[in-house]
Amino acid sequence: MTLSLVLFFASLVALRVTRRSEGRAMAFVVPGLVALALGALWSLFVGLSGTKAFPTPSETWSGFLELLAAQRLWGDVVASLFRVSWGFVLAAAIGIPLGLVLGWNARGFQALNPIIQLLRPISPIAWIPIAILWFGIGDGAGIYLIFLSTFFPITVGTTAAVRNISLVHQRSAQNFGLSGLELFRRVVFPAALPQIIVSLRIALGVAWLVIVAAEMVGMQSGLGYLINDARNAGSRYDLVVATMLVIGLLGIILDLLIRQLEKFDEVRWGYVQR
Amino acid sequence: MSSAETAPPKVRFEGVSKRFLKRGDPLQVLEDVDLDVRDGEFVCLLGPSGCGKSTLLNIVAGFERPDVGRVTIDGEEVQGPSERRVFVFQEYGIFPWASVWDNVALGLRDRPKEEQARIVQETIDMVGLTGFERAYPMELSGGMKQRVEVARALAVSPDVIFMDEPFGALDSLTRLTMRSEIIRIWEQQRMTILFVTHDVDESIQLADRIVVLSARPGRIAGIEVIDTPHPRDLGSAEYGRIKNRLFGLLGVDHSV
Repeated sequence: MTLSLVLFFASLVALRVTRRSEGRAMAFVVPGLVALALGALWSLFVGLSGTKAFPTPSETWSGFLELLAAQRLWGDVVASLFRVSWGFVLAAAIGIPLGLVLGWNARGFQALNPIIQLLRPISPIAWIPIAILWFGIGDGAGIYLIFLSTFFPITVGTTAAVRNISLVHQRSAQNFGLSGLELFRRVVFPAALPQIIVSLRIALGVAWLVIVAAEMVGMQSGLGYLINDARNAGSRYDLVVATMLVIGLLGIILDLLIRQLEKFDEVRWGYVQR
Repeated sequence: MSSAETAPPKVRFEGVSKRFLKRGDPLQVLEDVDLDVRDGEFVCLLGPSGCGKSTLLNIVAGFERPDVGRVTIDGEEVQGPSERRVFVFQEYGIFPWASVWDNVALGLRDRPKEEQARIVQETIDMVGLTGFERAYPMELSGGMKQRVEVARALAVSPDVIFMDEPFGALDSLTRLTMRSEIIRIWEQQRMTILFVTHDVDESIQLADRIVVLSARPGRIAGIEVIDTPHPRDLGSAEYGRIKNRLFGLLGVDHSV
């Protein structure tokens, strides 16, 4: 406890000392020090409360090492990522073309948009019983739930992106006689792409939230299941918190990966100078 | 001169009227516009903002339909846009997702590869963008983007080019350069140009004929013919008189 108190004030002092420093390193030093201070507070409060159930940061760390040593973590990470990738890829493969058509074709929009708007607000969690009914307890249900939770943001985002294509670009396409598939390939798709990528990014974030919940309720593997399992197997909250932090870390990595799509020359125009 | 006057007009507006609904109320934008444009003529449509000059251009380009009257090009009624007649937009109509090269090649999709490459390179050279073939529009200045747009139009060797305040977003120096460039290209190729502007000086520097539109509803308030050769020095007394007449037609007192 004394140690955490010392650490807490030491990091505050370090933050104060470095307040005039600039440069790239500060982008890591400052958040690192803040994390250190928060970790010290966490440790301090756990010590003050005298709880036996809630872990300190160091107990969480050893819990993390225990998960690694038991070769437990890797399998669950892969299970969660597997479901998310398949559900997400399927949703993008259907949602993007559908959104392109709905955005361009007023009649199709009129026909399908009400149904999409009705289904969209239903939480994917509410689909869990049906997913289990149809696919059983396993990857199929997980993939289906991720598909549902990403399909709507991708489709709706793509539709909106197409409907927002500027009149000037539509008229340019008309003027140069573009039609049919060529119109989609040369104008509609590239014009909508920056916003499509934004909706993919949002959808992937949603998918990562949903998979954990789905695995907690209706699956026998994955990071969500691991959390439930750790609690049920003797209230191992050190493993629960360690898994939560792993989920957060993987979420950051997924977002960093999908953000790479925003860097291509073909889409950069959509983010910088609007 | 007489042969030009007896030749059939390239573009003919016959009693063109157009109204829009604005919050449910009809708004007469154009009223009974009659105008003939000769082949190879450079005509400026000059008028205050909101006078319907852009609407008139959208109608002749085939993007909008008149409520009354009709527009013919080469004797045929305009039914929609065509690659023979290219529109140069006020804001940038070029595609920001495509390179300069791909933008200029847009209208040449169906040509053989070598011919396409030759024309694209020639056109890019003509508008002074050599070396920027692989650049994307966001890497270019406003003036360079407008050159890409002009090049995209020129590449298909159109009969008619419609320009809707194409240099309006540029700084005044770039605008001057662009004007002399467009005159240089027009003198080489002699396509018909319909050029919308609200800038009196710009119209005097560019046009063979200036068609002044009145404030809404847009009617033709008067026509000023300028038959002096380019380059034109706006400081001369003759242009001063033309300018006075144009401001008179516009109903504006221009001395401030």
